[in-house]
Amino acid sequence: MKLDSKIPEGPLAEKWSRHKFNLKLVNPANKRKYEVIVVGTGLAGASAAASLAELGYNVKAFCFQDSPRRAHSIAAQGGINAAKNYQNDGDSIYRLFYDTIKGGDYRAREANVYRLAEVSVNIIDQCVAQGVPFAREYGGLLANRSFGGAQVSRTFYARGQTGQQLLLGAYSAMSRQIAAGRVKMYPRTEMLDLVVHDGKARGIITRNLITGKIERHSAHAVLLCTGGYGNVFYLSTNAMGSNATAIWRAYKKGAFFGNPCFTQIHPTCIPVSGDHQSKLTLMSESLRNDGRVWVPKQAGDTRPPYEIPEEERDYFLERKYPSFGNLVPRDVASRNAKYVCDEGRGVGASKLAVYLDFADAIKRDGEAVIRAKYGNLFDMYEKITGENPYKTPMRIYPAVHYTMGGLWVDYNLMTTIPGLYALGEANFSDHGANRLGASALMQGLADGYFIIPYTLGDYLATIGWNDRISTDHPAFKEAEQAVKDQIGTLLSINGKKTVDQFHKELGKIMWDYCGMSRNAEGLKGAKQKIRELREEYWQNVRVGGSNEELNITLEKATRVADFLELGELMVDDALHREESCGGHFREEYQTPDGEALRNDEKFAYVAAWEYKGPNQPAALHKEDLIFENVKLTQRSYK
Amino acid sequence: MNWFTKAITSTIGRKIVVAFTGLFLCLFLVVHLLGNLQLLANDGGKSFNLYAKFMTTSPIIQTISIGNFVFILLHIIQSTILTIKNRQARPVGYAIVENRSTWASRNMGFLGSFILLFLVGHLANFWWKMKFGEMPIIGIDGMQVKDLYFVVSEAFKDPLIVGLYVFSMVFIGLHLSHGFQSAFQTFGLHHVKYTPLIQFIGWVFCIVVPLGYAIIPVVMYLRAL
Amino acid sequence: MNLTLKVWRQKNANSKGEFKTYHVKDISPDMSFLEMFDVLNEELLLKGEDPIAFDHDCREGICGMCSMYINGHPHGPGQTTTCQLHMRSFKDGDTIVVEPWRAKAFPVVKDLVVDRSAFDRIIQAGGYISVNTGNAPDANEIPIPKEVADAAFNAATCIGCGACVAACKNASAMLFVAAKVAQFAMLPQGQVERKKRVEQMVAQMDAEGFGACTNTGACAAECPKEISLANIAILNREYLAAKATSEYV
Repeated sequence: MKLDSKIPEGPLAEKWSRHKFNLKLVNPANKRKYEVIVVGTGLAGASAAASLAELGYNVKAFCFQDSPRRAHSIAAQGGINAAKNYQNDGDSIYRLFYDTIKGGDYRAREANVYRLAEVSVNIIDQCVAQGVPFAREYGGLLANRSFGGAQVSRTFYARGQTGQQLLLGAYSAMSRQIAAGRVKMYPRTEMLDLVVHDGKARGIITRNLITGKIERHSAHAVLLCTGGYGNVFYLSTNAMGSNATAIWRAYKKGAFFGNPCFTQIHPTCIPVSGDHQSKLTLMSESLRNDGRVWVPKQAGDTRPPYEIPEEERDYFLERKYPSFGNLVPRDVASRNAKYVCDEGRGVGASKLAVYLDFADAIKRDGEAVIRAKYGNLFDMYEKITGENPYKTPMRIYPAVHYTMGGLWVDYNLMTTIPGLYALGEANFSDHGANRLGASALMQGLADGYFIIPYTLGDYLATIGWNDRISTDHPAFKEAEQAVKDQIGTLLSINGKKTVDQFHKELGKIMWDYCGMSRNAEGLKGAKQKIRELREEYWQNVRVGGSNEELNITLEKATRVADFLELGELMVDDALHREESCGGHFREEYQTPDGEALRNDEKFAYVAAWEYKGPNQPAALHKEDLIFENVKLTQRSYK
Repeated sequence: MNWFTKAITSTIGRKIVVAFTGLFLCLFLVVHLLGNLQLLANDGGKSFNLYAKFMTTSPIIQTISIGNFVFILLHIIQSTILTIKNRQARPVGYAIVENRSTWASRNMGFLGSFILLFLVGHLANFWWKMKFGEMPIIGIDGMQVKDLYFVVSEAFKDPLIVGLYVFSMVFIGLHLSHGFQSAFQTFGLHHVKYTPLIQFIGWVFCIVVPLGYAIIPVVMYLRAL
Repeated sequence: MNLTLKVWRQKNANSKGEFKTYHVKDISPDMSFLEMFDVLNEELLLKGEDPIAFDHDCREGICGMCSMYINGHPHGPGQTTTCQLHMRSFKDGDTIVVEPWRAKAFPVVKDLVVDRSAFDRIIQAGGYISVNTGNAPDANEIPIPKEVADAAFNAATCIGCGACVAACKNASAMLFVAAKVAQFAMLPQGQVERKKRVEQMVAQMDAEGFGACTNTGACAAECPKEISLANIAILNREYLAAKATSEYV
């Protein structure tokens, strides 16, 4: 199968407008004849569900949480980028495009990224109109802050709760459509399989998490807005329920998986405190605007931070990257924190942490100013660690945060299965090998508010409203039976190890060998370990209870079963990509001073993996990335 | 239901009725107290008896007093309905509750019920007798006037009644300690500049007014000793 | 540290629940309360018992999903969410009583899990600004004074966890409704639907079976996001004004 990215012809700046004009439209009166399924109600899902319902489509929306408002987009803190240039500091759509392509280490499509930058300005307008209370200046106009990987201030924010406020905006827009009867909401419902017939996506199989009832839902198109798969690492900043099941089962039904190994490790998280740790908490990277990152110059220095004099501190980011300093992109900041800890200069009890110090900022601006900017983050830090960051430096360490990889989609956000779309973090599209801060919110909302409403119509108009199968169709029956069989098997194993134990073991393998830095030998070993673990899982996992009840262990068990397969694909992808780029750092491929060394000749492509059956190697398809507008350079933030 | 009945049967609407009637009753308490303070005039009850006659015969006062009773009734009905509904809103209670609110604010129904009992006794003792009962008559400035002062001073010779009266004022004080400020909150009058003032007045009110009432029987009892 | 837990167990919505006692050992003070429950659940599972169902997701205090009533307080001692409550708030040997949120409008689903969809229905009744995608004017077209934007933001930080309902002796949802009504009443974008919004949201709140506000202030005292009681005053006056002046009969 040849991958067709469907990138429109024409100059970069005109591609999207031309494409919009060329897309087919669905007559307003006919829109109500179409059913669309939206899985996930985060920024991408809620905005898509609301926008499509406003257009007149019948939407069914699904989320596993008890309310659509709780999707994990809510936890995003720092902000959302937009090329408004309100600050008159030289920003433009082209600059946002350029920064994103460069930040992604030249592993994203030019056309997609440009479109993202283009619609970014509309997102801010839309959110403000919805009543999202962005931060403002005293003159009443919107405030901006700067963020990693950019030299302009283009990030709009709502204190440290930007994700929450944006999600509540999308959630309220969707709520209006629920009240209007255009969106039917299914909370506490998890998608467990995709139904494909005749090569097209036809619907989904779900499990009601309260009653255990397995249900069939048919539609003309299915939109997966289910977020990332960072929880494959067990410890990540993702929510406990975040999972890969929807996209993984779609992959197994024929959707290609793009760049699975591209994982973002966020530099500013609260360090692990012990074996009991169930998740990691991120602290917005906006903290790096005012905080200074340092460790003691001397390895094994156990003095408390206030006893270490200025000249014995190593502000390693400022030292190595004088022009970007503490604001280097996430992958660079994370890797450097790992290096200093590997050198034995880490701080705190675990020695796996570096300081993020606000003493200078507090001296310069006063505590009140710092409190106004970061108050809730400081409070959160104090609640978790029991330390007061106004008095003593924070301790931070990198943690898995975001997955740039995801289902491969074309310019229309459609996967390789016609009628199946992936939006937001669930797709691979816009961030290349590394995502810039404040760009995830932008992409989720761009996909949901401003892209899918155009591109979906094109598909629907092409197939026509009759092209739909009923839930009585054998394809549904078969998919339902497969889901029931899997659940039955999981419940019957009755082994000796819990789901969490397996998940923790998998996470450790992934973190050690497929985390911040990777090498061929480690990856090969990891692949073997994952296979063994997966085999053991299907013989020795213990899942109590029955299907016909609220069964928290069963929910986890189906998700971990998928992570155990996905982990191996990530390792395969990391192994095959013999270069370092963005979040993917292969130790064999680095510059003399330890920076990521890309190989544009061999690897300037998207790796799209095709499922070939259980325990069969996945097939690699390559979508070559063509750069007509930017010149590929070695990223330098020095 | 039309918009008005919908409004006053909504939870907020009922609360507004309770708050409005409550504040009116606060006003009544002040007027009533000013009148009662004449019991301490030390003129053998002359000014008090004249005041009592005026209050029971003036047509304006008669009208207001009907309003007053209606308001008391509304206050009771609406808050009783609210209390029942509020109980229904939590059919299964908690095993352990640790409160972060004042005792009075949580027990307005209990306080109010006690005050109602007191009110019944109080009306039977004085108001009913004055309006419909047998009363000694006294001549003031050539007028034949019912001697309510005598009835009151006789009653307050009984330490039990004095004690009960003072005790009841504590309940009224507690009821007011929450009710006064709460009424303003229910009307939506909340402002950084004025809310502290309302709260201050509320505290003064809930102490001074019941104290003023409580002083009267105590002084009369002591004087009669 | 070692602790005794008394936890409400209830098989499903229709069954009668009861407290069950559990003992947990070697609990680290750095654990979050939910991580302590994870430890207990792992033990229960290996013993062949049913793990305790509880709601949780982000575990960083923002999704609003966790909802345990601990030792007489929603989310336990301290003004925080259950996931941000850490075991250092307890002492070795403590007995901790854990119950679900209790309200007619929040029926128990299983163990400590309750159904809070009533909140969603209240938002559906009017907790939005009707603006279709693509309709918006430039974001800087309407300046909003910083103080107003900040006040609206303070109201907007509600995470919909329901601690206000759980804390209120009347199981009233006024603080939740007030936060949304106040946010939009303060912002210029919210003016168009201002009256209709408050009337519909309050009507839905009543229909769900929540109690009335008696201004005890327990909700604001327990709210993990410190939503102020002033918002309830705003809700009251918005409602009064809307009822008196709106065109909806």
